[in-house]
Amino acid sequence: MIGDWLNKPEIRQSVGYPVALLGGVALLVSAVIGIADALTRADIAQRQLEDLQATLQQVVPTAYFDNDLVRDVVVVRDGERALRVYRARRDGEVRAVSFQVSEPGYGNTAMRIVLGIDRAGELLGVRVVSHSETPGLGDKIEIQRSDWIRSFDGRSLTDPPPAGWAVKRDGGVFDQFTGATITPRAVVNAVRGGLEFFVAHRAELLDESPTQPAPRAEVGMRESQP
Amino acid sequence: MNDYRGIFADGLWRNNAVFAQMLALCPLMAVTSSATNGLGMGLATTAVLLAANVIISSLRHLIAQEVRIPVFILLIAALVTLADMVINAWLHELYKVLGLFIPLIVANCAVLGRAEAFASRQPVLASAADGLAMGLGLTLAMVVIGACREILGSATLFSQASLLLGDGFAFLETTLIQDYKGFLLMVLPPGGFLVLGFLLAGKRVLEQRRERVKSAAAGPVDSPAH
Repeated sequence: MIGDWLNKPEIRQSVGYPVALLGGVALLVSAVIGIADALTRADIAQRQLEDLQATLQQVVPTAYFDNDLVRDVVVVRDGERALRVYRARRDGEVRAVSFQVSEPGYGNTAMRIVLGIDRAGELLGVRVVSHSETPGLGDKIEIQRSDWIRSFDGRSLTDPPPAGWAVKRDGGVFDQFTGATITPRAVVNAVRGGLEFFVAHRAELLDESPTQPAPRAEVGMRESQP
Repeated sequence: MNDYRGIFADGLWRNNAVFAQMLALCPLMAVTSSATNGLGMGLATTAVLLAANVIISSLRHLIAQEVRIPVFILLIAALVTLADMVINAWLHELYKVLGLFIPLIVANCAVLGRAEAFASRQPVLASAADGLAMGLGLTLAMVVIGACREILGSATLFSQASLLLGDGFAFLETTLIQDYKGFLLMVLPPGGFLVLGFLLAGKRVLEQRRERVKSAAAGPVDSPAH
């Protein structure tokens, strides 16, 4: 038995024994994890794709697409960040797009927010995918805890006008929560930023020829912002 | 030591990982903002404790004293990584609830503590019993602390239990007071320290009272001899 051999005093008391043991265990453990990774990788990727699909379907109603939403991706550069934009097509035409923005929330930890926007630049839905806001105060941005996030449905950069894209305390139209202003303020900013991104890259996102002019009014409105 | 009753009494009460050994406080404070979270973390840790104890106990004759701690850490970290991958790939619904907690198990000194104090000296079966008992004791502590914080903080009990345990357990979810304004301090980490402090004091009081009853009962028997 290898166990008996390893327990021989001359082996056991040699200087190399602890070294070999530690090295052996490390090798063994790495091999096991490597095998487990190979076995689970495809399934984990599939699960993550399903999660993504479920999230996208929350912000883009199924009536808007007949394509495989998660696989119709275009990566759009916007300044320093590159956003992955998922396009919802029906009969080949892009009816809506969905992408994720992130914004520092309370305590400067990133929250990730997914937006669904139709061709006209109207919000179809907004969902907070992950955040670390204060439980009981800031977490009302989750759909499971409050309907607040639905107050964005149907909004666009012209409804409300730019000055209204803020929480009520800052003179805007969106409610804040009792005891939490920073969190909803961050969400409002993130959503407005997402809409501005959509307007700036509209032609590219909607898979239209770049010669088509972007809607003048909306671009002008962006520039008028402080 | 084949005293399984003693092992379970140790794990659940006398030498409870939280209430007596004061271990595992990092994951404890982080996740016990509700009873459901406490239960999830407790069960995941129990599984890892059990597996770690069995593996380390069966290797105990091979592991050299000089490198035992790194070997234990390697084995425990590997187990946690495996658990993380397997649950993510094949029990994805559970992963969405527990995913956050699983990597935290590595930071749980109770697992290393049991490897060092028990599994590296005891036979496999006793070590398995110890892992199970310590894990259940930890689960008990986490559920109790989570329940206290949840009741005081948000006046609910076992909220979202059906996400963790399946829809059959939806009956566990109770709201104690409608329109409760919330007591944020209890949900935040300081609430965890407060609840733990009061529970520790309570356990002390109970034990002292039991001691006093015991010595009072012993008293009259002694006196006739004088």
